[in-house]
Amino acid sequence: MELQHFVAKLHVDGALGLDPAKVVDVFHQWVANQTVPGVVLIDVAELLHVPNGPGVVAVGVEADYALDHTDGIWGVLSRRKNILAGSNADRVSEALASAARVSLRLQEAFPALKLSHTSFELIINDRAVAPNTAATYAVAAPAIEAALRDILGHGDFKLMRHDAEPRKRFGVTVTTVKPFELAAMAAR
Amino acid sequence: MKASHALWKERLKGQIPEQLGAEVDQFETEIGLRQQNKIEDKVFAETRLRRGAYGQRYDNGQRYDGKESRRLPFADRPTKGPGTMWDAPGMLRIKVPFGGLNPQQLEVMAELAEEYSDGIAHVTTRQDFQLHFIHIENGPSLMRRLAAVGITTREACGNAVRNVTACPYAGVCSDEAFDVSPYAHALAWFLMGHPDTMEFGRKFKPAFSGCGQNACGLTQMHDIGYVAAVREENGKLVRGFKIVVGGGLGPVPRQARTLTEFAPVEEMLPLTQAVCRVFGKHGEKKNRNAARIKFLVDKWGIEKFREEVFAVRQELRPDPRWTEMLKDAEKMAEGPLKPAGAFPAINGDEKLRAWIKGNVKDQRQAGYVTAAVTLPLGDITADQLRSLADIVAKYTRGTIRTTVEQNFLIRWVSKSDVAALHADLAAVDLASPGASSVVDVTACPGTDTCKLGISSSRGLGGELRNRLHQKSYQLDEAIKSLHIKVSGCFNSCGCHHVADIGFYGVSRTVNGYKVPHFQIVLGGQWDNNAGSYGLPIIAVPSKRAPDAVDIITEYYVKNRLKDEKFYAFVKRVGKGPIRDLLEPLNQNLPTYDKEPGLYSDWGDPRLYSIGDIGIGECAGEVVTRYQFEIGSAERLVFEAGLHLDAGNAQLGGETAYRAFLQAAKGIVQVQYDDVSNDPDEIIAEFKERFFDTQLFFDPFVGPKFANFLFAAHAGRGEKFDADTAHHRIAEAQLFIEAVHNCYNKLRSTPAPPAAK
Repeated sequence: MELQHFVAKLHVDGALGLDPAKVVDVFHQWVANQTVPGVVLIDVAELLHVPNGPGVVAVGVEADYALDHTDGIWGVLSRRKNILAGSNADRVSEALASAARVSLRLQEAFPALKLSHTSFELIINDRAVAPNTAATYAVAAPAIEAALRDILGHGDFKLMRHDAEPRKRFGVTVTTVKPFELAAMAAR
Repeated sequence: MKASHALWKERLKGQIPEQLGAEVDQFETEIGLRQQNKIEDKVFAETRLRRGAYGQRYDNGQRYDGKESRRLPFADRPTKGPGTMWDAPGMLRIKVPFGGLNPQQLEVMAELAEEYSDGIAHVTTRQDFQLHFIHIENGPSLMRRLAAVGITTREACGNAVRNVTACPYAGVCSDEAFDVSPYAHALAWFLMGHPDTMEFGRKFKPAFSGCGQNACGLTQMHDIGYVAAVREENGKLVRGFKIVVGGGLGPVPRQARTLTEFAPVEEMLPLTQAVCRVFGKHGEKKNRNAARIKFLVDKWGIEKFREEVFAVRQELRPDPRWTEMLKDAEKMAEGPLKPAGAFPAINGDEKLRAWIKGNVKDQRQAGYVTAAVTLPLGDITADQLRSLADIVAKYTRGTIRTTVEQNFLIRWVSKSDVAALHADLAAVDLASPGASSVVDVTACPGTDTCKLGISSSRGLGGELRNRLHQKSYQLDEAIKSLHIKVSGCFNSCGCHHVADIGFYGVSRTVNGYKVPHFQIVLGGQWDNNAGSYGLPIIAVPSKRAPDAVDIITEYYVKNRLKDEKFYAFVKRVGKGPIRDLLEPLNQNLPTYDKEPGLYSDWGDPRLYSIGDIGIGECAGEVVTRYQFEIGSAERLVFEAGLHLDAGNAQLGGETAYRAFLQAAKGIVQVQYDDVSNDPDEIIAEFKERFFDTQLFFDPFVGPKFANFLFAAHAGRGEKFDADTAHHRIAEAQLFIEAVHNCYNKLRSTPAPPAAK
């Protein structure tokens, strides 16, 4: 089973600490300067009027980036849209590295943005490739674990599968015992 | 493209109706052929539009970043249409005939929003859904997943029969003659792909209403409208429709005219087929700006149009579907899931009380109510859609409607379930009160995603919604019942013409910068199926538009007669005093340095632009003269509206012509100082300098606005009635907007300050 279209969301630690509407301006600058290598950024979607929704999204051809508020949880999100080569673990690593890089850049603009160093989520945004089933978990978990051992340098983490509700996308929340460094994650 | 692209076709085999499946297969083939350059891009553009795959802002690869217009670095691939980049995401419009949906369809919509879009599904002012940021190559997968639950995107865009809309209260309303839903359903599927609809020069929008007096069906503003009626014939009650044709909003709105006062239901499909054949055969094809059916009805007059339609009707080869489709459709009547009940005790729950007051209405059937689910700007998340699907299944027999006010309507709710329903909706943030009230602002996509957007309609709509929500408890009841509708440009997708307070986006030059503005439109009527259209009274800066709402509503509350509706109030007091009150919003506007926010639009911090900055050609003094002339033109067009309101259509039409000339003179003077006041000279100079050179051409509608001028000049001395004067005034207003745009194009814009 080839897993594609990973979404990584790095959770905000505690309260958001910034006016999310201000992210719109920063994302516009990213689009203007096309500063994400390998991704053509096109537009900014401000969706803050929708409760617990996608927040503010920098929309790209190959990937989207967002200050996301889905499920009422703020986080910095990276969503891969095109098909990537490599192994499943490679694609997990890419998703996390991409989210981490975006997080660091947002933190440059908003030093008050504090991110959790112990929790994040991974979702596979393609129901046909990865239905929300135990079978998908059986394939995805080893790939995620392999990628995390590589990124974190240890195996002290837990995967918790999201809701088993079959209508939802497959996803896991990862919690680590030891805090991880965003910079190290971004460097992968 | 999604990794699952190839999987869906196999996975959904047997679940997709054969015809819909074949169409998607064909589209997929066409995508492949276009990628190999084996289909012309123009042909592919019409193909994809007919499949609901629309363009989106920036798909030409250009984007203004607040300083300059830059090329987006899209990969070099064949285009999706002339000047349309292959990788630029687009919008997919999904047809929902009469707004009818079931839980399974809601769930699929949620999945698609999540997997292919930005997680949001958008309900439109035509009861459709739209998903944005869709890659063209994912289109077939989306279409297959929709087709598997009985939904199509076919003919959602392009020169085709668009979504058939209908009153969302159909079947449960006390005022209706009968339930129009089955007939809307039958019409939608009868016309889809019908040979008599293939030759249209422009789109064709049908609508159904169960009654003549309420707004829900808005039949008067449609290309074809059906109003349910019952007649007694030979002692039997016979169902039928009053059919109206040639209505429409757009830049120059028209009220529909009566094709027939009564056609029995068995005649609905054949008569419509005849209308389509007449429109397809005789409608304009070359000039898309005059290709809607309203122009054919204008050109011929309703009598000739009617005569031709009834003659064609007699020639049609009988089609068994004319009656078979009605029989099938009539089986779809909805009913309740639960026994009728009584309202629960509210027990001090003020949120529930407010929600019941604003969103819940008694049905014709005792013990049942409808409940409106208000969506902010028509937007709903994938998670909310799934929850809504569960709620619909829990409280109804699995049916829900979208509305033209960009909301949902849950029907057949037992009164005894109202509190539980409210609690379930509130748990997923779908229990906002104030449906169809002043806080329930309607807005088209505008500059957020639309290629034609001039100002941020969603930005203004959101701002107004927030402000009005915050003070909703203090608002006078008279204000609460107002309708506010916002369009990003003159094309009226936000239905600004039929709002109590309408807005449409324009741009103006202030202190040397382009500034987003909104024209304020008053005099429209939402009731009586969109019974009359408003006219613009003044343009104000976008950031001042909320203040304008405050000023207008305060004036209304202070000066209205008892129970006087806003439409009647505006008619009584006249637009002049209201314009005078709003005038200060345009005076002494601060410079960019003092208030940079004024120079950007709502929700978009970039310095405002309407596109690439033009090359400057004008000297400062000319600016002064230009502004003087264009100011006079704006005053004249406003006065024309006042004359019309006062019942003097002739003077209104004539004054509008003077406004045309004044505006034309203003732009001619930019190049030729010595132009006289002689109308023929103004027209000749305008033609030579701005029309023949195409300098005045609009990037989207070409010579349309210049042609308005030439038509007005050619028709000088004509007799006006209320309708023709209204059209002339609306056209003059659009011409003035075009003059502003042309002037902006000519004039250099100073470089903005460096970004901080």
